[in-house]
Amino acid sequence: MTRATLQALMSHWWRNPLQLFTLLAGLALATALWAGVQAVNAEARASYDAAAATLGEGQYDRLVRRDGQPMAQETYVTLRRAGWLVSPVVQGRLDGVRIVGVEPLTAPGGIGPVAPTEGGDITSFLTGEGQFFANAETAAELADFSVVITPEAAPGTAVTDIGVAQRLLGKQGQIDSLIVLPNQPKGRADLGTLVPDLSLQPAQGGSDIGRLTDSFHLNLTAFGLLSFAVGIFIVNGAIGLAFEQRRPVVRTLRALGLPLRQVIILMGAELMIFALIAGIIGVALGYVIAALLLPDVAATLRGLYGADLSGTLQLRPVWWLSGLAIALGGTAVAASGALYQIGKMPLLAAAQPRALAMAAGRRAVIQGVLAAILLGLSGVMMFTANGLIGGFTLLASLLIGAALALPLILDRILAAVSGLAKSVTAQWFWADTRQQLPGLSLALMALLLAMAANVGVSTMVSSFRLTFVDFLDQRLASELYIRTEDEAQSAALIAFAEPRTDAILPIQSADIDIMGQPTEVFGTRDPATYRDNWVLLQQSANPWDTTFDGQTMLINEQLSRRAGLGVGDEVVLQGTTFAIAGVYGDYGNPIGQAVIGEEIFAALYPAITAQNFGLRMNPDTVPDFLTELEAATGMPPTQAVNQASIKAISLGIFERTFTVTTALNVLTLAVAGFAILMSLLTLATMRVPQLAPAWAMGLTRSQIGKLELLRAVMLALLTAVVALPLGLALAWALLAVVNVAAFGWELPMYLFPADYARLGMFALLAAALAALWPARRLARTPPADLLKVFSNER
Amino acid sequence: MLLTVKDIHKTYQTADGPFAVLRGVDLTLDAGETLALTGESGSGKSTLLHLIGGLDTPDQGHIHLDDQDIAILDDNGRAALRRGTVGVVFQQFNLIPSLRVADNIAFQARLAGRHDPAWDTTLADRMGLTPQLNKYPEQLSGGQQQRVAIARTLAPKPRLVLADEPTGNLDETTAKIVLDLMLELVSETGAGLLMVTHSTELAGRMSRRLHLRAGLVA
Repeated sequence: MTRATLQALMSHWWRNPLQLFTLLAGLALATALWAGVQAVNAEARASYDAAAATLGEGQYDRLVRRDGQPMAQETYVTLRRAGWLVSPVVQGRLDGVRIVGVEPLTAPGGIGPVAPTEGGDITSFLTGEGQFFANAETAAELADFSVVITPEAAPGTAVTDIGVAQRLLGKQGQIDSLIVLPNQPKGRADLGTLVPDLSLQPAQGGSDIGRLTDSFHLNLTAFGLLSFAVGIFIVNGAIGLAFEQRRPVVRTLRALGLPLRQVIILMGAELMIFALIAGIIGVALGYVIAALLLPDVAATLRGLYGADLSGTLQLRPVWWLSGLAIALGGTAVAASGALYQIGKMPLLAAAQPRALAMAAGRRAVIQGVLAAILLGLSGVMMFTANGLIGGFTLLASLLIGAALALPLILDRILAAVSGLAKSVTAQWFWADTRQQLPGLSLALMALLLAMAANVGVSTMVSSFRLTFVDFLDQRLASELYIRTEDEAQSAALIAFAEPRTDAILPIQSADIDIMGQPTEVFGTRDPATYRDNWVLLQQSANPWDTTFDGQTMLINEQLSRRAGLGVGDEVVLQGTTFAIAGVYGDYGNPIGQAVIGEEIFAALYPAITAQNFGLRMNPDTVPDFLTELEAATGMPPTQAVNQASIKAISLGIFERTFTVTTALNVLTLAVAGFAILMSLLTLATMRVPQLAPAWAMGLTRSQIGKLELLRAVMLALLTAVVALPLGLALAWALLAVVNVAAFGWELPMYLFPADYARLGMFALLAAALAALWPARRLARTPPADLLKVFSNER
Repeated sequence: MLLTVKDIHKTYQTADGPFAVLRGVDLTLDAGETLALTGESGSGKSTLLHLIGGLDTPDQGHIHLDDQDIAILDDNGRAALRRGTVGVVFQQFNLIPSLRVADNIAFQARLAGRHDPAWDTTLADRMGLTPQLNKYPEQLSGGQQQRVAIARTLAPKPRLVLADEPTGNLDETTAKIVLDLMLELVSETGAGLLMVTHSTELAGRMSRRLHLRAGLVA
């Protein structure tokens, strides 16, 4: 019985291969976008975890100097003698590779080299002969060293003995941090008395990079979900149509003696098999998408957060299983309504295909109520939402509410227009378009979401770009930036530059913690550069005067929002209290920043001397200046970067940051275009009975084909009109709510009418292209097929 | 007795209130017997046929088929009855459009677990469907489709064949051919036949005739 029924059910798909293709392709595309994003996220998280495992980051308490500088090796000896079980760590960069030096005899288990695949020689490691542990990718960059391949090692990181690391990094006698082992002996000396210049950083149960990048990954996930949602519209449409067409068959099956429960189980199983097949195809496509996106994501994470990502993509169960799960789950959600209707369908109702329009009419009221509730909720949340969850709830209610409202809005517009129609053809056209609306509504909803996402995201990115470029102009005011290697070079540079430049601006900072937020504090010099160029978002009276006098500080917007600090609040640094005199925009920086005067900085952090300098000068004199500087001090031009180069690098990072977003945007729009094509193609097969009367009454097949094309373009145009305000609302929510929660800064919103017009044209073109084939097929429908409509033979 | 229907009542809820379609109908049918059920539109013929076929349940009364009261069966029990004991020929054919003619003919017998390919071949041959076996229903004429539907019903050799105006969609000549074939094959299988029809001529070809009027046997 089961076999015969399955054969009958499956035969529907073989007889309607286009429908099967739509279902599989829609689901595969939706899964691909989701799985691709998840693969990128999983790879990044695995990299963070590997880094955390290698360095013990977040797992153990650590001792570091309060001013963020390395400590003397004697400090380690002092602590060990006083009974403290601590283990030293040195780290730095060598030819782009992060070198981590550990002391294997005292390091806690799990830190350092993990599970090498090639035989590591522990004697070589212990005797400091220069053996490194790294993954194959990193090992290739350390060709001159003996490297033991360790697949689980953090990307871009090599672990070695602390003595070797100190020698290679030029940190002889220095230690960056001390890992505090969990079980300490009793009766040891007080840390504050023993090493007063050290501070204890408690374990945080996760990596800092992991937390810093959470927002970035959440954004990617949200986009993946949006793409999946657009894809699921296709699946929903395909399943809905297939079930609609099979309702008579289901009645027949039941009339012939198949229990309802078995029909539903078999139809559900059939869909789950398709979901599994499409899911596997989607995961494979997702792998390709992830492999294409990964280099840009890696560059973004390195540029923004300093996080190293493995360049190779692994088939991690976490993402391919989630891809399959979402394919099955999405299909279950898309099919649940259709299966429910099959379950409720009376056996003896007229065995006619139920008109889509009638069904849509019954659903319209529920849909309208739901849309009103969701749009109302989003309206309230626009004024109240804060935080990422609130932001994404706002976006979801706005998008879903608008999508649900779209068919109703279009129906009202079409009803109004049809009332104005004068000619009989126009009247038929508008009435027929209204009748087509239910069948096309899912595809149009997908187009609405894709277009609104495009308008919203492009507005956000373009607004961000404008703000960021302005910001770079303000912040990168110096014409030349020079990095020195030591204090002697710094002195030589200052002596040489003083008579040849308008101002020398030392760039010196210490890594500190303000109200639990990792922060860089900068000591700055007074020349007019800062006053003239920096834009303050909030300020007290004379903020620069009081800051350079050492009484106040300025903080960036991220720190202000995350720590809840504003103008007038006080912050204590090294025992000195500073009032906050201003808050400045600091776009692109993931952590907090504070600015104090140069003199007070030198007093609070005497160990820190500037090794980076900004030089104000006539831009035309920069090349000569560099030549003369090398001749006078031996400093090569490679130690200098001019303003234009830094801006180009910064903008490069910015552009790559949004490459992924743009790629997902384009893919989402492509999926929506595919949805329209498939809906039109599928509907075209059902259109003959509706078009035959018009043909019989005098419209030519060619005219009918042209009207079909016009209908698709007109519906896409109306959808685009609705998508524009929705997209702008989306942009506002992204800029004013999501960005603030994710990155800590609020951006002004700019409008880009030319971009929207171009996007609208693309959407119309996509709709026209999608409609071309079905319209052509209808225009070439043989008269015999049209005649069948009027005979009993059909 | 193959079929005994006793005091059957059925009421439907309509926009104007409850409407009693059947108000206490009795009938009997023996194996090999043919019975025509006639009556005006709305007299309850199709409803009675549906109740006997286990497609619906009566509000009151008993329907015994081979001594089994089908009125008390649950959904699964009625489905099993339709699979194995009763065969229904519908006015609208109700073929499965995505299956070829040969698969449509074999379908119900396969559901019932009584598939006999040789009998399928005989049925197709007798119905003149052999050249059409690889075609899909949409490629057949109305008469051919109804012959496929009859062949499908007879393929599992049901004890009782129910036909709801099986020739209602066919022209006179085709209707006669189809009915002749159905009567011939029913007779050969020894099944009982209960046929709803408007046609006095068709009813006259049955061994008995029962006329319904306003939900009662006239």
